[in-house]
Order: sequence, then structure tokens, then C-alpha cells
Amino acid sequence: MPSNKSVSDASITQFINCRILREHQLQREDLWVRDGRILDPEKLFFDEQGYADERVNCEGSIIAPGFIDVQINGGYGIDFSQISEDVSSGLSFVSKKILQHGVTSFCPTLVTSPPAVYHKVLPQVKVHDGGRGGAGVLGFHLEGPFISVEKKGAHPESFLRTFQAGGMEDLMEAYGSLDSVAMVTLAPELAGSQSVVRELCRRGITVSLGHSVANLSQAEEAVHHGASFITHLFNAMLPFHHRDPGIVGLLTSDRVPSGRTVYYGMIADGIHTNPAALRIAHRAHPSGLVLVTDAITAMGLPPGRHTLGQQVVEIQGLHAYVAGTTTLCGSIATMDMCVRHFKQAAGCSVEEALEAASLHPAQLLGLVHKKGNLDYGSDADLVLLDDALNVKATFISGEEVWRKEP
Amino acid sequence: MRLVILDDFDLASEWAAKYIRNRIIQFKPSAERHFTLGLPTGSTPYGCYQKLIEYYRSGDISFKYVKTFNMDEYVGLPRAHPESYHSYMWNNFFKHIDIDPANAHILDGNAEDLEAECQAYEQKIAEAGGIELFVGGIGPDGHIAFNEPGSSLVSRTRVKTLAKDTIVANARFFGNDLSRVPTMALTVGVGTVMNANEVMILITGAHKAFALYKAIEEGVNHMWTVSAFQQHPRTIFVCDEDATLELRVKTVKYFKGLMHVHNRLVDPVLSIKDQ
Repeated sequence: MPSNKSVSDASITQFINCRILREHQLQREDLWVRDGRILDPEKLFFDEQGYADERVNCEGSIIAPGFIDVQINGGYGIDFSQISEDVSSGLSFVSKKILQHGVTSFCPTLVTSPPAVYHKVLPQVKVHDGGRGGAGVLGFHLEGPFISVEKKGAHPESFLRTFQAGGMEDLMEAYGSLDSVAMVTLAPELAGSQSVVRELCRRGITVSLGHSVANLSQAEEAVHHGASFITHLFNAMLPFHHRDPGIVGLLTSDRVPSGRTVYYGMIADGIHTNPAALRIAHRAHPSGLVLVTDAITAMGLPPGRHTLGQQVVEIQGLHAYVAGTTTLCGSIATMDMCVRHFKQAAGCSVEEALEAASLHPAQLLGLVHKKGNLDYGSDADLVLLDDALNVKATFISGEEVWRKEP
Repeated sequence: MRLVILDDFDLASEWAAKYIRNRIIQFKPSAERHFTLGLPTGSTPYGCYQKLIEYYRSGDISFKYVKTFNMDEYVGLPRAHPESYHSYMWNNFFKHIDIDPANAHILDGNAEDLEAECQAYEQKIAEAGGIELFVGGIGPDGHIAFNEPGSSLVSRTRVKTLAKDTIVANARFFGNDLSRVPTMALTVGVGTVMNANEVMILITGAHKAFALYKAIEEGVNHMWTVSAFQQHPRTIFVCDEDATLELRVKTVKYFKGLMHVHNRLVDPVLSIKDQ
């Protein structure tokens, strides 16, 4: 039957036999897509007298908004922080691989590096939508170098910096350009950070607190200036203390300006955070929890030894050790593993687990108008899952970009 | 009149749905000859719609060659409002079946010229060859569609101001806030429904009992507009026990005694799979 669509000629796809995540609930509804965006079928019916050109039978799957990973350092042997002539191809390789984890958008993360790395790497990548070639790049997450020496973690100490000249000048000197940057992690106790936080926020860049020994007051002041995220909560910060909760205290701080939310990244791989700690954070502030992988180069590689840059890494199950030791050298859990583990460890609902990987990161980055949800008009970045939250297929802009082999 | 009395809401809904199903299938609608169906909204027909959807899903019926005309729509309520009759029909019926969107007609309560909209609607019905079967409900004040007490029994599609009774009855859909209920509506007239080849009125619940009594045991009266169908050659009232509570025992016994005849209309129930 010829269709009568007065508004657009583009093909309309109707996903049937599915449960979609909408209004914080899994609803038994069809999902309609046109022109890469979620379509309002009622308007289509009454305004355009239109109907679907194609139907996709989801066989009872759950459809969630595509996952958004705001902290991923590399994977499959690729290290985003490695200086290279062709950063794009390494990034593309990883962006394509993570489609199978349900990730449709991400922030490639650079750990503390010398200015040369930033100057070389940053200009080679632009913010762009995903597609068949891989997940979309929302912008870099620059974790460091303006962080605390005491909480450097695995970051190289020699490249740490402070704000000497005048805040933003130091920052621009280190990074070169902020055009493709979505987020910066810094330690707010560093002198001169306040003006930097304000200026970055003014430019629409998310400011995150991490790798820091800040106390709660310093953290609250940074939030007052616009900081809105905590990088991998609990890790690389002072532990919670009942008389000074430190950065962790932001979860229940009453000094967060009204109308604003402080989000916090959680590596829910079962290793970097004890499940009990995960539950404390989740119960204290469920709407701020953002699942991140913080995946390192070794993610996606098979068990055994791998030489990655200057390091030899040994992969055993979900653990990545410095070879020959029991020192963890980063996370290798995939985003879908994190979603499953989070649900099981926190005892939360399916909806909450899915939103922690989609809606919340979109809210954090100010992208809810088009990402992280299945509202009419949002980008049709989707992940089809079974009831155990295993990824069955991934779509970007309504186009299938990955499907699990039967 | 046929007065079909079933034990409860579910059985009444099912009987009505089976009747509609059989009528459509017997009609053998095609691209050249559509089956025109008049439709109501509200809580009463909800069960009937659920059943029809079930029959579509099982492959026993198709709405491909069915044209529908809804009875009414609020004036001034945005079409996307969850309480608009467009929303009701989309969510409770249209989105679940295979009706062609071009064949689903509902009055536009946000039209620039409401009177022109009403006239155009009458025109569309005429162009479709008239309504084969008009399904309706009854208000607690005995109204059919929004033909409130005092409406002319020969009225056509027009704008009506809603009676207080109706506004109160509808308040439950607007958070029990009377100020949020629309005060005007576009509605098919009593005369419009009378023009249909057949009329089926669904009435369930004790709160409709008095209206049913007034509609069928008293005279034709414009204060109880459903009573107009006493003068239609082919009317079926489908109700549950509770809706008969104000009727004379004699009336109820008489029509219950005819159930074996009525049931022949829905048994056997037809299916397009057999065609």
C-alpha cells in the first residue's frame, strides 16, 4: 500500500513485540523511528495519516536508549592517550568494537599526559555522530593533568600540573584546544581552580572532581562554580570520614545549588568498588549514579599476557594485573557487564540499571534533548537486550549497527 | 429493540465485540465497499475494544476495509492531551489494529471554524455511504454522544455546551478538578445516529440503570435522548445485570428469555481465516 506522509518521505520503521524504557518504566509499546529519530506514531496517524514502511520484530526484547560511556581510556589494544599520527583509526576501531556492548556514544578519555600528546591528539578528532562505523564521539574526557599528587593513581607523576600563571592560561597551554572536549577532571583543592571551573562551565564543558584530596567544603565550592560530576567515586579521593565526608559527601550535601544535580561515576565491575560501598552510594543518591567502564587498553583482549605500550599486563577473568603482581592496573569490564553487575549488586530495578548507563550520562552532559532516552524527537540510538540484560542488537540513528550471532 | 442482558461487564463486552466482528465479516468489506462503523469512547466500550484487538491479533478479523466515525470530541483540548478522544482512540484501539489512518475519522475540536468542521463531518459520512453500524454508550443523564438533555431528537453534528452532570461525570479523567474539564464538545446529532442502518448501545453498571429505564421503558423524550432509538428499526442494547436494576422484572425476564435467539447472532462467531 502506498503511504501518505505529508511531512517527510523518509522510511518509517516500527519496532514491535518489545518493551521500551520510557518515563522510567519498561512499557509494552511499539517504538517508531524516522530520519534517525524517535517518531510520535499518534501524530503520524492523525496528522499525516501515515504508517510504518518496515516492521522489526524484537521478539520480546527490551529496548533501551543506547549506553553512553563517559570514561573509557581505550580497549582492544588501543590506548587513546598514546601519541599517534592516526588517532582517528584507533578511535574508530574501538568505537566499532564497543557497539557490541550496547555503547552508542562515548567520551574517549585521556589520562595525564604531556602537552605534546594533547596538542597532537585532540585536533585529530571531532565530535561526531555514530553509525555503522562505530559509536559516536561526544568529545574527549581529559582526566588530568591538573590533579593531586597524592591521588594520582596510575597517572604519571612527572606530567601533573598546577595552575601557575592564571588558571585558564595554564589549562590552554596544556591542552592546546578545547574544541573537541566534553569533560575535564581536576582536583578542586588546587589553587586557582575556581576560575577554571567557572570558565570551563561557561564554555559548556562538564567539570568533574577527581584524583583529589579535597575536603567537602572545597568540593562544594567547586560545585558552586559549576562542577557537576565526580570521577569514579571512592577511587582516587579521600575516603568518607564522618566529620569530613570529602568529595563523597557531595552525594548528600545540602549546599548543592537548587535545581542542580551532582552526578558521580561508578565503575561497577565488582572489583574497583566493593558492592556494599556501591549500595551506600546508590541508596544515598540514586538519580546521580552514572555507570562508567574506565576501560583500559586491555579491555576486550583475551586472557593471558599482553604488552601494551610500556606495560606488560596479565588478564585473568575480569581482573587486569601488572604482570607478575596482584596490582590492578585498570578496568576491563565492558559497559553491558557493568549494567548487569550494577543491577545485581545494588538490587535495583532493570529500569534504574539501564538509566544509569543512558539517561544519567546524557543528563550529565546536557544532552537529554537528543540522547539517553526514547522520547519523541530523540536520536534513535538503541540497544536491544534480553531479560538478563545481554545485548542482542545495537542501533544508531535507527540503523542496525551490530547484531549478536544467533 | 433487542435488549441483550449478560451477567457482567466482561461478558457484555465480549458479546458486543463478537457482534461487531460477525457483522463486519458477514458484510465482506472490500476496497470498493467499506464497512462504516460509528464508535464511542469512555469506560463502557473499553472492554469491547480490548476484545476486538484480541480478535485482530489472532487473525480472525481485519480492519483494513473498515471506516470509522467517532461520535464526539472535546472542543479546545489539545489533540495530544491524554484525555482527548483522539488519544483515547489511538491508545485503546487504532494503534493496535490494521486500520488505514485515512479511514479513521474523528471530529477536530481545534478546528478554526467549528461549524464548518461539523458540516464537513456530516458530508464525510454521506460520502462514505452512511454508517452501517453505530456503536454508542449512554450517559447517566440518558444522553447519546454529547446530545445532552434537551437536544433535538433530529439534530445533526454540531457544537454543544456540556451539561453539569456530564462535566461532573468526566471530572474523574481530569484529576477530579471541575475547572479542568472542557465545557464544549463537537458531537454527532441524535438524527445523525438515527440515520445509521443499525445502532448498538452498550450500557453497563448500576449508575446507568436509571438512564436505561428512562430510555426504554418510558416514552421518547428529548430529556433522555437515547429514547429516540425506540423509533429506529434496528437497535440493540447490550447490558450487564447491574444496568437492568431499574427496569421492571417483567422486562428483564422477557428479554433474558430471548437470549437463545440473541446468541445466534454471535454463535457461531465468524473468522476471516475461514474465507
